[in-house]
Amino acid sequence: MTNTIFDITHDSDAIMLVGSNPEVAHPVIGMQVRQAVARGARLVVVDPRITDLAKKAEVHLRVKPGTNVAFANGMMHIFIRDGLVDEEFVKTRTEGFEELAAIVKDYTPEKVAEICEIDPDDLVKAAHIYAEADRAPIMYCLGVTEHHTGTEGVMSMSNMAMMVGKIGKAGCGVNPIRGQNNVQGACDMGASPVDFTGYQKVANPDVMAKFEKAWGTELNHKPGRMATECFHDMIDGKIKGLFIFGEDPIVTDPDTNHVIKALTSLDFLVVDELFMTETAKYADVILPGRSYLEKEGTFSNTERRVQRVRKAITIPGTKPDTEIFSLIMQRMGYNQPILTPAEIMDEIASVTPSFAGISHERLDSAEVGGRGLQWPCTSKEHPGTPIMHVGKFSRGLGYFYPAKYQPSTQQASEEYPLIMMTGRILYHYNAVAMTGKQPEINEIAPRSFIELNTEDAARLGIADGDRVYVSSPKGKIASYADVSDKCKPGQCWMPFHFLDGNSNWLIGDHLDDFSKTPEYKVTAVRVEKADYECELCQY
Amino acid sequence: MINVTIDGIKVQVEPGATILQAAEKAGVEIPTLCYIKDLFPEASCRMCMVEIQGMPKLVTACSFPAADGNVVFTKSKRVIESRKGILELLMSNHKTNCFACPANGDCKLQKYCWDYGVKEYSTEGERVDKPIDTTNKFFNYDPNLCILCHRCVNTCHKLVGRGAIDTTRRGFASKISTTFDVDWIDTNCESCGNCVQACPTGALSMKKRSLYRPWEVEKVLTTCPHCATGCQYYVYVKDNKVVDVEAADGPSNRGLLCVKGRSASFDFAQCDDRLKTPLIKNHETGEFEEATWDEALDLVASKFTEIRDQFGGEALAGFACSRSTNEDIYMLQKMVRTAFKSNNTDNCARV
Repeated sequence: MTNTIFDITHDSDAIMLVGSNPEVAHPVIGMQVRQAVARGARLVVVDPRITDLAKKAEVHLRVKPGTNVAFANGMMHIFIRDGLVDEEFVKTRTEGFEELAAIVKDYTPEKVAEICEIDPDDLVKAAHIYAEADRAPIMYCLGVTEHHTGTEGVMSMSNMAMMVGKIGKAGCGVNPIRGQNNVQGACDMGASPVDFTGYQKVANPDVMAKFEKAWGTELNHKPGRMATECFHDMIDGKIKGLFIFGEDPIVTDPDTNHVIKALTSLDFLVVDELFMTETAKYADVILPGRSYLEKEGTFSNTERRVQRVRKAITIPGTKPDTEIFSLIMQRMGYNQPILTPAEIMDEIASVTPSFAGISHERLDSAEVGGRGLQWPCTSKEHPGTPIMHVGKFSRGLGYFYPAKYQPSTQQASEEYPLIMMTGRILYHYNAVAMTGKQPEINEIAPRSFIELNTEDAARLGIADGDRVYVSSPKGKIASYADVSDKCKPGQCWMPFHFLDGNSNWLIGDHLDDFSKTPEYKVTAVRVEKADYECELCQY
Repeated sequence: MINVTIDGIKVQVEPGATILQAAEKAGVEIPTLCYIKDLFPEASCRMCMVEIQGMPKLVTACSFPAADGNVVFTKSKRVIESRKGILELLMSNHKTNCFACPANGDCKLQKYCWDYGVKEYSTEGERVDKPIDTTNKFFNYDPNLCILCHRCVNTCHKLVGRGAIDTTRRGFASKISTTFDVDWIDTNCESCGNCVQACPTGALSMKKRSLYRPWEVEKVLTTCPHCATGCQYYVYVKDNKVVDVEAADGPSNRGLLCVKGRSASFDFAQCDDRLKTPLIKNHETGEFEEATWDEALDLVASKFTEIRDQFGGEALAGFACSRSTNEDIYMLQKMVRTAFKSNNTDNCARV
């Protein structure tokens, strides 16, 4: 996020939510969005489904899944046509405006309405609400990123914000609401094939030399492969050994059959886990790790805020994960001493300019007062950075990325006539490794379901609560029908939490061209009434 | 700035500040039951009554704006008598089986009655025995312990923004109710439990309270492990076991939590399914067998070293978990880079 959760929900006159349903996926942010609406902030929701927040919205654009870039280009067409552009900001702070303007010229409200299957007047209204507000943030989530053109979708969000000068100040900005507690931190900490900590590039020889010096060893200079690509490499025999720390790709990744094939192709698989997960069952060695309740450390939330995690309990038999890694390093010939989490953060600070001022000691101090530190935090005296790009973008001038709309690779067909989206529900979290172990939660939300539109269900002879099959070219699962008008006819939606009927068996392996993110949000499927006696239904 | 004197202590406050805010600045504690810091004052419980020199009536400190030159007494005889009267009225219709109450030792009503010496009361209420709603999976509502301060209602409406509960009926029959008084489980309640944390008595109580008494636990401040909001909370630890969670006033959650954070963030770590010893797969039987740490780590290191030395570092990869700490993730990628000699490291950001 460029801004903080507090300023975008408390200092804003309007909020534009794109592909984000924080009431269920980030409930405490959702509560603060509701507070903002109650206080009078105008709300624009861009989401194919009718969510509870969409019901509170002044404008709800039910765009066709996979058409975010067309929506954004249509918004910018209106900004330019109706004189809503922040000329001064565009002139002094950005570059590439002319090229993008030439592209969006074709995206008239009528054309965009046709692509996105929305009302052109609603698009015009949304553009004016957002652009005319003094302070308005864009908040977006996986509804923007989990597409074949997710990267262009993200660029389109920042294009909109820059064009109306809504970046670099309180109550504005481009704000991705990250999915997991520490997914921001995982990226910041260099768990990436192309970046060291703080996004220092592996391909940059100076950076490489710096880390070789800091770590006192020669490193591999060849950038690595992304996880989604690694699975292909395992099947091809190029990757033979894999260490998985706390992930369950069999449950969470697309195209489950493909993941299983990859893991079984390995010579050696090691899993560091809390539980015997579906993935752990395929391991050669399982190492028992520790949960957040059993260790000291930090998480970085979606606002780039580094906050403390503190040890509360001990589970006998386990070891700190950092110690496990260090013992393996030692045994493989790298002399890694066993460090405390506080010492590790000091090492992170020493090799990462954006973390230079962060330490456990400082996070625990009266100066910080339990409010964490938001990176960039470049020295011991630096107070952290609540709002990014104030006065100047990190790259200098803000770049208008010339994004053109490309239709999703997934389109409904005669064989697979419904477009399926996936997402989270309030009561469960991702692969349910944690929430699935809470009996009360399972009583409230016990089983897989698929939201179907009333018309589609009637046509298919499916009643609410019926057992159904859902199939795509990738696989077939059984689930329960949840019939309502939340989805438009021709569209359906499924949570990805449940092991009985997991939607990830159906997702194709088509990835975003740049980020290699799977297109979880658009899959063509067929839904039909199931035979209760069948094997799939006995899960 | 305006000048105010609270119990003889002089303070300066912004125009528009309330007497309660001035008192807070002066370090003088005024008792409150219905007050919620970030909201427009409800001013219904009347516990915060104070005396301002020259004013004929007592005023509610939570809602009364301070004026320049105010001289305020928060513990005068009139004030004390007034608060005693309020407490006696509340007790006239309150169940007093404190030993059996989940809030025993953590109840504002109990504390204030002790502070103000309210042991007996002259008036007796109608004492309508109202049914207890235990249908929510995580908490109970006992209207017989409710003092109608509306902190739960204001929390649900104005902070959570859900509006699942409100006050119904009149007089002694008044109670907090769901829509049409249906069972709690059948409402639009999201079970976040913020109303429970807001309750000053035992009327709303987490079912987990049966596992501990408030004075038995150690509180550890930490960060929620679910989504990326970064909510701050205290876990309550009793005998090396987390038994409950209390929202802290963190910068991103501001005293709120969701159902997952409050009720599904710790039992998983303590369940019987936890792996507690290294396991090595016996490839003849396909079964996992328990191993010592040395056996497991030696095997891991020797296999990875063999692959690295024979096929190069690119034949190895290591994935980090986006749920674990920064320190863990840093060391994982350091292991892949320094020991595996590979840059094939990634996290689950995309999936």
